[in-house]
Amino acid sequence: MDWRRKDLLEIRELSREEILLVLDTAESFKEVSKRDIKKVPTLRGKTIITLFFEPSTRTRTSFEIAAKRLSADTINISATTSSVVKGETLKDTALNLESMQPDVIVIRHSLAGAPHILSKILNSSVINAGDGSHEHPTQALLDLFTIREKKGKIENLKVVIVGDIAHSRVARSNIFCLKKFGNEVVCCGPPSMIPPYLDTLGVRVEYKLESALKDADVIMALRIQKERGGVSFIPSLKEYATFYGLKKEHISLAKDDVIIMHPGPMNRGVEITDEVADGPYSVILDQVENGVAVRMAILYLLLGREQ
Amino acid sequence: MDKILILGKKALERVVNRICYEILERNQGCHNLSLIGIRTRGVHIAARIKERIKAIENVDVPLGVLDITMYRDDIFKLKFPKVRKTEIPFNVNNIVVVLVDDVIHTGRTTRAAIDAIMDIGRPKKIQLAVIVDRNERELPIHPDYTGILYRVSTGEEVLVRLKEVDGVDEVIVTRSS
Repeated sequence: MDWRRKDLLEIRELSREEILLVLDTAESFKEVSKRDIKKVPTLRGKTIITLFFEPSTRTRTSFEIAAKRLSADTINISATTSSVVKGETLKDTALNLESMQPDVIVIRHSLAGAPHILSKILNSSVINAGDGSHEHPTQALLDLFTIREKKGKIENLKVVIVGDIAHSRVARSNIFCLKKFGNEVVCCGPPSMIPPYLDTLGVRVEYKLESALKDADVIMALRIQKERGGVSFIPSLKEYATFYGLKKEHISLAKDDVIIMHPGPMNRGVEITDEVADGPYSVILDQVENGVAVRMAILYLLLGREQ
Repeated sequence: MDKILILGKKALERVVNRICYEILERNQGCHNLSLIGIRTRGVHIAARIKERIKAIENVDVPLGVLDITMYRDDIFKLKFPKVRKTEIPFNVNNIVVVLVDDVIHTGRTTRAAIDAIMDIGRPKKIQLAVIVDRNERELPIHPDYTGILYRVSTGEEVLVRLKEVDGVDEVIVTRSS
């Protein structure tokens, strides 16, 4: 299996083989982060720009650390401190950056499809680090990596995704990813946060948290996307927390070896309680750790692709 | 394509045995000794050396696996090199590391392997054991333990084939005519 893609735009278009190649490559790179000297010379001389039009702690830091551990040079640009505030268009910003010969541009944007537009006009590789409510492919890949690490398999699992499904790019990427491997995916949330197309993706919907969680192997909690108007879809955060917040007593409904995941940032006391987030079933910080290895793998595959 | 047998199964076994005795002689036993096999075939040869040393000295020498892909100097000139796992489950500081590979040719793999090990720690010594030392070196690197020397002519290729990977133990030279 060779990697031929210039860009990583969405999970939907990836084959199972491509996804497995990312996971296997990530497994090789994970060891680098455990060394005293956390650096290999693999991408020496390559330049990676992260272009973020939305706030981020994890994803951007993770990409930057991944690039640095591979000896690439990184430059971070936030929309708020760039010429975007002076009225420059996305296309012009991208073309100007490309004139400085970067090899990869990692973009996060509030509009779905923004990375796709860049991929068509740029010679550099483009990585989608989240586009609106559309997709967040590296998150789904690191989630699958974490599931494989903890469960030893990525097939025939029951995965329950709880929260603001309609506005969540993490949910969409994870649904595409998990369904490719024949998993049972159940989405749970208030009806106003469940998009109408889920059945066409082979996803079951449950409105009652307790019934959704029965025999779950994996539970993913999602935050309410306040920046996408999520709060206006529920009466109050308090009511949401009462019905859909993940609490300790819910864990016993799932399988004994259930794992609890969250893509971050967490709103403690809303979609997840402290007890669950910090409890023995939580793999939330493992997800963050694995994110670096998975992003190292993506950078390596895109730059080492067969031309 | 012509194929010439250089070492058969038994001859290859004798070569590995001799290398084991040389390693033990040079290092005065196997105190502070470790073996690191370079993927793919070096790993299996290193495992055989470990097994043989165990039979001779009754000591389990630590064994590691090294994938040098991340350290290659031609990484983006190759047709998609797959990165595989490096597994060195011991501390390499202040010990003797014997790197094991099947063939030394340009020396670039060894250079990459030395860099990879130096990034993990600071061994007391790094030595190199190979089954075949062939000509056309591009770097000033020489093995400490050599199975056989073979001088290839144009169009020739030396291949170490191992039971674990290729289903047969032999060293052959192929000649494209």
